[in-house]
Amino acid sequence: MSEVITPTRTPEFEARLKQRYAAEKRFKAAGLAAVLFSIVVLIFLLGNMLINGLGGFQRTVLDVPIDMSRMALSIPASENDAIAIRALQSQGLPEIVQFAAEEALGAEGAAQVNSEAWRDVATEIVNDRSLLQGTHTFALVTSEDLASAYAGDGQAALQPLAQELADRGVLRDGFDAGFLERSDATDPQLAGIWGALKGSILTMIVTLLLAFPVGVLAALYLEEYAPRNRWTDIIEVSINNLAAVPSIIFGLLGLAVFLTLFPGYRSAPVIGGMTLALMTMPVIVISGRNAIKAVPPSIRDGALAIGASPVQVVFHHVLPLALPGILTGTIIGMARALGETAPLLLIGMRAFVSTPPEGFTDNATVLPMQIFLWSDQIDRGFVERTSAAIIVLLIFLLLMNGLAIYLRNKFEKKW
Amino acid sequence: MVMDQTHAPGGKSLEAEAEALSAPKISATGVSVFYGEKKAIDEVSINVHTEHVTAFIGPSGCGKSTFLRTLNRMNDTIPSARVEGTIELDGEDIYHSGMDVVQLRARVGMVFQKPNPFPKSIYENIAYGPRIHGLAQGKTELDQIVERSLQRAGLWEEVKDRLEDSGTALSGGQQQRLCIARAIAVDPEVILMDEPCSALDPIATAKIEELIDELRGRYAIVIVTHSMQQAARVSQRTAFFHLGHLVEYGHTSDIFTNPREKRTQDYITGRYG
Amino acid sequence: MAEHTVKAFDEDITRIRGLIAELGGLAELAIQQSLEAIVTGDEELAREVVERDPKLDALEAEVDAMAVRVLALRAPMADDLREIIAALKIAGVVERIGDYAKNIAKRVGRIEGRARFEPLTLLPAMGEVAAEMVHDVLTAYAARDPIVAREVIERDEKVDAFYDSIFRNLVSHMVENPATISSAAQLLFVARNIERIGDHATNVAEMVHFAAVGSYPTDIER
Repeated sequence: MSEVITPTRTPEFEARLKQRYAAEKRFKAAGLAAVLFSIVVLIFLLGNMLINGLGGFQRTVLDVPIDMSRMALSIPASENDAIAIRALQSQGLPEIVQFAAEEALGAEGAAQVNSEAWRDVATEIVNDRSLLQGTHTFALVTSEDLASAYAGDGQAALQPLAQELADRGVLRDGFDAGFLERSDATDPQLAGIWGALKGSILTMIVTLLLAFPVGVLAALYLEEYAPRNRWTDIIEVSINNLAAVPSIIFGLLGLAVFLTLFPGYRSAPVIGGMTLALMTMPVIVISGRNAIKAVPPSIRDGALAIGASPVQVVFHHVLPLALPGILTGTIIGMARALGETAPLLLIGMRAFVSTPPEGFTDNATVLPMQIFLWSDQIDRGFVERTSAAIIVLLIFLLLMNGLAIYLRNKFEKKW
Repeated sequence: MVMDQTHAPGGKSLEAEAEALSAPKISATGVSVFYGEKKAIDEVSINVHTEHVTAFIGPSGCGKSTFLRTLNRMNDTIPSARVEGTIELDGEDIYHSGMDVVQLRARVGMVFQKPNPFPKSIYENIAYGPRIHGLAQGKTELDQIVERSLQRAGLWEEVKDRLEDSGTALSGGQQQRLCIARAIAVDPEVILMDEPCSALDPIATAKIEELIDELRGRYAIVIVTHSMQQAARVSQRTAFFHLGHLVEYGHTSDIFTNPREKRTQDYITGRYG
Repeated sequence: MAEHTVKAFDEDITRIRGLIAELGGLAELAIQQSLEAIVTGDEELAREVVERDPKLDALEAEVDAMAVRVLALRAPMADDLREIIAALKIAGVVERIGDYAKNIAKRVGRIEGRARFEPLTLLPAMGEVAAEMVHDVLTAYAARDPIVAREVIERDEKVDAFYDSIFRNLVSHMVENPATISSAAQLLFVARNIERIGDHATNVAEMVHFAAVGSYPTDIER
């Protein structure tokens, strides 16, 4: 503010100026507050997830030394791990493990060793055959009862045992790398997320392969070739409405149409993918149309004037320029599809699947479905696994979005 | 139809003079253009020769751009547009069903008011047309076409070291010359220019006008312009359009020193409106 | 005639026309006064004419400057362009007419013995025809009238006829009265000047025709 009194800066003017500045400050403050609030909520959510979920990446194990050299085990010279593990099983590895556990922990302790713990031992041996010579301490996964007791819940009777084993240093929570390799199981100690993850990946592939080409081609046709009459108006309104339809309706549609056509593939990614593709396609069409509309007509004119055919104009000029916008719409659509549970519930992709799907037609489940199923369980172990699964889902989402943003930036051209 | 109502200097009629010229490159007879029910162009007949630059002048909305766009069938992109009458390119009716529009537009090129280079490299901008029309066998030939087109457009020296740069990174005047080079690259017979300099500064405008003068005679050039000074500088024949009619057509020097129609005179002296 | 959309253009043209009208008026006055001075021997009047001549020069310079300005700033076309070019040339020609009138006035003091010269009665008649031509052609300019311009051109032969007869008359007078040769010679020059004024008036008429129609009148014998 200058010291010189100029004719325009009357007291009334000063008062109005102050009011205007104050209003602008208030507006800025409100905006900032909104942003901060959102950030706080986001941090709270993520923090909550992480705190709860990190425990899900661990499982309770008992350290037991086993002297393999005395056991005279041999592994066939085979590349196939499954065959090698079966060979060890037939040679009595489970009993060996149980015996060693009883020696190290006593009968009570050994009883709490998980009946499937020997598989981890077998896998370790197959991966590192030198373990057959000498003594090695294996981390044996415990039973769910002991794990609960160790965590402070569960049966009161096991608490003293857990306490004693923990004091001895043999009972602990260890990092569970296998969580990402195993599939669903009834025992939370043995449960893994890989089956659902692979199911999600397969379903997403089907969704993308169906929704993207159909959506993009539909958008191109509607924008570039379709005549402007009542029919195209109706189609436009219908597509806009489809994008707003609750996802569960698509499940009903999938149930009615796809499962009647292909009754054998109830839980398959291909059916789930088709259903989700129906849901994603309107989103892609709408954002695709907007992206194509945004390409300036001067580009089309320039290409036409040089003697490009309409098809060449679309694929050489319009589509490359519209691609960033189309990819954005695809990201949004796919992200929504990834997190959908309701439509897949209806088409029956809620089965308990303990092995990862081999192909598109095998039984499978998807990440959000797995989360839903686990959250239904009462076992304490599953509570942690649920949060861990949510973290995996979020990371998957992030990676997917990251890939799409990278692709979008790569294709972004300035005009 | 007022096609031959004007006289050349020295008293020769345009008809007599037409015998001294080659046959017209484009010959329009009784052309009317409708947008739905509305008549935008009313019974226009005019000849365009390769030897002359022809200018279309007239107030806004008089139909000069619309008529220009009928010459390369760009009005086809507008659903409600309908063209009646005959337009012949080298004696061939361009609106008859056997005519391939894509091929027509390679023979009759167009440069627009706002420069619209493709968002590709300079090289790609020029090479795109020859490539889709199969005008070059192999990269060397394509390189030659690109260089020749840029040289003819007077742009080669300025961009020869940066052919991979984006076409949109050039200045306005350079972009417009790029668009002209792009049109030249497909070896057209006619170049239509729709107010090519209206978005450019005077120096860029002068360069384009000089370019038009150099291209004269090799391509039949038709230029639509708002600026009467530009029409006077650049063309040898001028056609004055008014409310969809062709009011007067003749030698540029006659139109601007002694026009026959009062409407023409009123427009060019600034008494219009 | 419809007005220009840019009114200032009309104002410029009006100003130029006004200047030419003023210039023409001064030239007509100079012709009339110089002839009167020749006949009556009024040296006072003659001096007035001579002293007023710089005004004509100044007006012509002003028309030149204005015309150049309009050409540069307005880029006139068609009839506007012809009008400006015509105005440029007409101003020059009318200024020269004024010069001839001044020349006539300068000779007033050198003529003696007025009563003895018969041609002295013819000169006013000749001068009147020339003066009328100037007046009418400037009126034609104001009205953009090519027909009156053509008619003015045809009148020039009258002035030429006058000149021939005065010439013969003076020559025979000089032969008969050798003492009057110097005065008679002056009167010859006066007649010559009036004839030149007539010629210049036809020049103006041609420019008027060109400005109005776009071509010169080609079929008039001159």
